[in-house]
Amino acid sequence: MAGLKRFRVLEERDINRETFVESWPEAGLMVADSPYDPAPSIRIVDGRIVELDGRAEEDFDTLDVYIARHGIDLAVAPEAMALDSLTIAHMLADINVPRALVLRLATGCTPAKLVDIMRHMNVLEMMNGLAKMRVRRIPANQAHVTNRRENPALLAADAAEAALRGFAELETTVGVARAAPFNALAILVGAQTGRGGVMTQCAVEESLGLRIAMKGLTTYAETLSVYGTEQAFVDGDDSPWSKAFLASAYASRGVKVRFTSGTGSEALMGSAEQRSMLYLEARCLCVTRGAGSQGVQNGSISCIALPESLPGGVRAVLAENLMASMLGLEVASGNDALASHSAIRKSAKLMLQFIPGTDFIFSGYSAVPRKDNMFGGGNFDADDLDDYAVLQRDMQIDGGTRSITEDEAEAIRRRGAQAIQAVYAELGFPVIADDEVEAAVQAHSSDDMPVRDIVPDLVAADAFLAGDRSMVDVVAALARRGFADVAEHLLTMGRQRIAADYLQPAAIFGRDFVVQSAINQPNDYTGPGTGYRVEGARWHEMSHIHQAKSPRDFIVDRLGSPIESLAGYGNAKRGGSTEVVVAIGPAFGRIITKTIGGLDHEEVLKAVLTGIAEEGLIGRVVRIWRSSDCAEIGHVGAKLSGSGVSIGIQSRGTSIIHRVDLARLNNLELFSQSPSMTLDTYRAMGRNAARYAAGKMTTPVPVSVDNWARLRLIVKTALLHRRESEEIRDLPPEALRFDWEPEV
Amino acid sequence: MPTYPLYDNEGDTLQAANGRPLRDVTIEGALDGSLRIEDLQVHRSALLAQAEIARTAGYVPLAQNFARAAELTVVPRGEIIEMYNVLRPGRARREELDALADRLEQQFAAPLCAAMVREAAEVYTARGLLRHPDAL
Repeated sequence: MAGLKRFRVLEERDINRETFVESWPEAGLMVADSPYDPAPSIRIVDGRIVELDGRAEEDFDTLDVYIARHGIDLAVAPEAMALDSLTIAHMLADINVPRALVLRLATGCTPAKLVDIMRHMNVLEMMNGLAKMRVRRIPANQAHVTNRRENPALLAADAAEAALRGFAELETTVGVARAAPFNALAILVGAQTGRGGVMTQCAVEESLGLRIAMKGLTTYAETLSVYGTEQAFVDGDDSPWSKAFLASAYASRGVKVRFTSGTGSEALMGSAEQRSMLYLEARCLCVTRGAGSQGVQNGSISCIALPESLPGGVRAVLAENLMASMLGLEVASGNDALASHSAIRKSAKLMLQFIPGTDFIFSGYSAVPRKDNMFGGGNFDADDLDDYAVLQRDMQIDGGTRSITEDEAEAIRRRGAQAIQAVYAELGFPVIADDEVEAAVQAHSSDDMPVRDIVPDLVAADAFLAGDRSMVDVVAALARRGFADVAEHLLTMGRQRIAADYLQPAAIFGRDFVVQSAINQPNDYTGPGTGYRVEGARWHEMSHIHQAKSPRDFIVDRLGSPIESLAGYGNAKRGGSTEVVVAIGPAFGRIITKTIGGLDHEEVLKAVLTGIAEEGLIGRVVRIWRSSDCAEIGHVGAKLSGSGVSIGIQSRGTSIIHRVDLARLNNLELFSQSPSMTLDTYRAMGRNAARYAAGKMTTPVPVSVDNWARLRLIVKTALLHRRESEEIRDLPPEALRFDWEPEV
Repeated sequence: MPTYPLYDNEGDTLQAANGRPLRDVTIEGALDGSLRIEDLQVHRSALLAQAEIARTAGYVPLAQNFARAAELTVVPRGEIIEMYNVLRPGRARREELDALADRLEQQFAAPLCAAMVREAAEVYTARGLLRHPDAL
């Protein structure tokens, strides 16, 4: 291997599987502050914007026209544009400035002005701003539920589990477009099995998505993509007007709408017009708000790897989340598509949305294993769910999910799969066999599913889409087959359509279909002690992850009845010069009877005494009552030892070789790695102590160092020490008779 | 001013677009076949109420969207999808967009949507987003 070995090791690290490039503004490969970005400007004549960010009205492209007519509040614009960008940046970061004030000013800003405000902010200030500007009071989370085989039982089981885990929205999509109605149906049924009120969607081509929504099979749509240049927009087969019409069409059927945009899409589509990603995103957001979308899915989404290949990419993604929330848009803040090979990098990036909390921290946490994620997603996936629960518990931050037990998961997965099985049977769709249901309950991924012929499913899906049957028939099917609760949840979703409360900004359903949105649950954070705090039942739930055990019985297996052969006979006195004192802690061999590593105290004593005897000296056992501290036990022992050398042993096994002339916290040898110690180590310890006592040249006992041991065993260590400390008595050292002779 | 959420506060008066009261949307109806998907279609008055709620809370473009949506509640499912497709770039000639606007206004009493289509027609004409004369 040529060169520096550490560099060769670094090359093999996950982070070096990424592509990193320098900025190239001409190609749109620059996240912010392109030299070609316009300076903010606005000119209003007779209530009409005639100049926008340096461009005159006659040169407006479609986006400029749309933004000028619908994306900027003319009543606010003169005031907002006249304010120094730095001042608005301060208002964003300052917890004393209420959200409503910033919201009002932002609606009067041009895209370049929004970007100019971001220019003054570092990520910490942006996070502070985001915590304040988030639309909904309580953050939430969305999950992706898909599988490569479009298996309905597995989709329903996964959706049921994801709903039980607390995701407020579930999104599915297809590998084969014709599967769309059935995939939407499977996650609808699964979601309503897991928790009534979870909203669902199926990401497919726009007009197909609308047809599925009109059948009542989805409750929201978020794949209404917008782009920051005219060419990219047209390549996406829409204009701001068609997108606005689509938004109204969805709303007319009681379907919630969220647009999608994100840094990098225009560069990826080859038409960035030399603008920075952030500037183009600001244009997208002004279009999104102007078109009447209640929110946006942004945070680069499927393009995330592109900004992350560039300097400042992760900061820019946070900036786009913040700009959206400034405009009063609900934000589903990305973190969905695969963004990094490095667990460190992906987790660090997540913190920018996780810590402030966004309306949806993920616009698709993969509730299925990565390889079953049909969105190119899975940056965090089913295998990371425990990590994610622990992050919430660590920081007391609500990430929108809860930990569930294996039994809970099994029960809800079975019920979800059985519910879709019942619907298929009742509606005459291709049979879902019992073994398919059971496989879906147990499966990790679609690899674990029996082969299912997709052709009859697609034929039935075509007929279902074309025919008159709808969610109402699904409700009837569920009710007939004994799924009354699921039927009721589905129908309540339908009833909620008539009220349309969930079309309002950032709306989700909490428990019992209680709607939470910008209208009745607006974010009211204004610094410490205000806004949503994680407390009460929710904190209890987040604290009690399924792996957490009671520490109360943690050390039971290290306790036992007193060693029969070990008996006290009065106060210990100083002995002769051929001895080594073996000083033990107050609980040793009487309350605690095993070391942390599981060695019997009796065997430990035998090993130490054998080692001492091997060097021709005598080991004398003494119990120290006044301290549980290893150094103190050894130090008092040394003072009693005729040779001046002692071995101090705590009950958990931590040991020291001490000598009377050394300071208390000094030592000859310290054995702090008690979990990795063996009886041979204790025997060698005895030998060495005897050699020191005899004044011989001595090589320290080699001990294996396991830095993970402290991490693994810290709770046990603390509890064993606590138990030993409880045995401290105000008594002088006690002489002990150990009824055993070493065979040397 | 209607009280949000309407589901909890206005449940007694809420009705579907076809007039079926919310309280008559029941499992029994689904079972006996008297309930249809049309009975879950939001009524324009609920969307107008939501528009008023959104406007009061400061979400003006969203309120305008709800007002357009209220107009579209009476447009049949298939036709809405058709309208959307006509409005996509490069799909329609100018006359087709004008005709769509007229139809929205006259047949469906949807002046807001009609205005939006007319504005699109104007911009599409200026920016070359009408159907290309050579298009198949």
